[in-house]
Amino acid sequence: MNGMIPIQVIVNGRARTIEVAAHHTLLEVLRDDLQLTGTKECCLVGECGACTVRLDGRIVDSCLVLAVEADGGEVTTVEGLAPDGGLTRLQGSFLDEGGVQCGFCIPGQVMAADDLLRRVPSPSVAEIQDGLAGNLCRCGCYGQITAAVLAAAKADQR
Amino acid sequence: MRAFAYTRPTSIAEAVALLDRHGPEARLLAGGTDLIIRLRDGSLVPEVVIDLKRIAELQPGIREIDRRLVISATTVMTDIAADPRVAMHFRALAEAAAVVGSVQIRNRATLGGNVCNASPAADTAPALLVHEAIAVTAGPAGSRRIPIDELFVRSGVTTLGRGELVTAIELPIPAGRVGSVHLRRTRRRGHDLASVTLACAIDTAGVTRLAYGSVGPRPVVAVDATGLLADRTATPEAKAELLERMFADASPSPRSMRASPEYRLAMLRVLGLRGLDIAIERLAAAEGGR
Repeated sequence: MNGMIPIQVIVNGRARTIEVAAHHTLLEVLRDDLQLTGTKECCLVGECGACTVRLDGRIVDSCLVLAVEADGGEVTTVEGLAPDGGLTRLQGSFLDEGGVQCGFCIPGQVMAADDLLRRVPSPSVAEIQDGLAGNLCRCGCYGQITAAVLAAAKADQR
Repeated sequence: MRAFAYTRPTSIAEAVALLDRHGPEARLLAGGTDLIIRLRDGSLVPEVVIDLKRIAELQPGIREIDRRLVISATTVMTDIAADPRVAMHFRALAEAAAVVGSVQIRNRATLGGNVCNASPAADTAPALLVHEAIAVTAGPAGSRRIPIDELFVRSGVTTLGRGELVTAIELPIPAGRVGSVHLRRTRRRGHDLASVTLACAIDTAGVTRLAYGSVGPRPVVAVDATGLLADRTATPEAKAELLERMFADASPSPRSMRASPEYRLAMLRVLGLRGLDIAIERLAAAEGGR
């Protein structure tokens, strides 16, 4: 398979058929071909988590996945978490707790936190630290981000 | 990233044929967490990338067959860390899989990839060594079963031949109880490559297996069959002397940026004694739980 490869992928609930280059990552295709720029490009070595998306039910660093690998799969980006224009409770908690400073890492942080709460509805601080260990925040908002996840978990329990 | 041809074989035979045909110009893609970094930084420029994830015989999974746990090469760390059979019989491996990278990396990184990249710092390597794992391969000349200790050569280099790939890792389920543990030191908690890794397994016969990584070109295993290391009444001083001989193959690189040789060797000794204590304790707890 040389040149462009047709793939079918469900992105944020919508079935898409697109042609991708074999050497283009899922991150590149989401941002450049599908204009879903909420997913951020940053370290490109799987250390910072800014490019985190959910692929077939599990979060991944989209900079380390080729777009062709997602063929037949289902991708959720930060744009797909809440209905148009709205915020999930978790996203609201990030704002309420002041977890967002420059904001660049936040889409990745939210995707990782959303995944954590799906797996562990009432996480401890240690579980939050482990669940978000793959997401770096250069503003150093870890305390506020942890508080936001705790607040969202508490709100969901009500 | 430089362009390459992407292939998606549907059988192991097809993958082996592709790998054999293209030799060093082909790279296998499993989880991609190492490969895609190296494709992007240009340290690998293959003509062909062979994606193994659409091969029915290579689907991820962990099966118990004839007192062996068979882990398909494409099984990701998340699933190994969560498997109750791995946790029960091969706790060091469960612990190692649970600390690879981050959630995002563990959802993608495969056991086969971790083994075949042959990084001296591979988290699962010391655990696989103390659990006496076997790499099952497929190649142009058929299948082989390679004891994991005979697979590693140095970083990025294994004893696999041209056209040969690892299809599964087999772990013999021990007849008796075993206490095992995986320990490591990293620069920071959370997501980091290990500066020192160590796994320890002690069985009811008093045999201790210690394996260590990130302190030389390849992970190393050493065995104490005298019973001294497994003896809870032996002094730390007596054990330290024997440990010193078991750590003889540690030769950390002075050029690594993660840690100095002095630090790595000092921490290896600390982790060695700590690993022995934990393994002895776990063996006793397992025997008490009978």
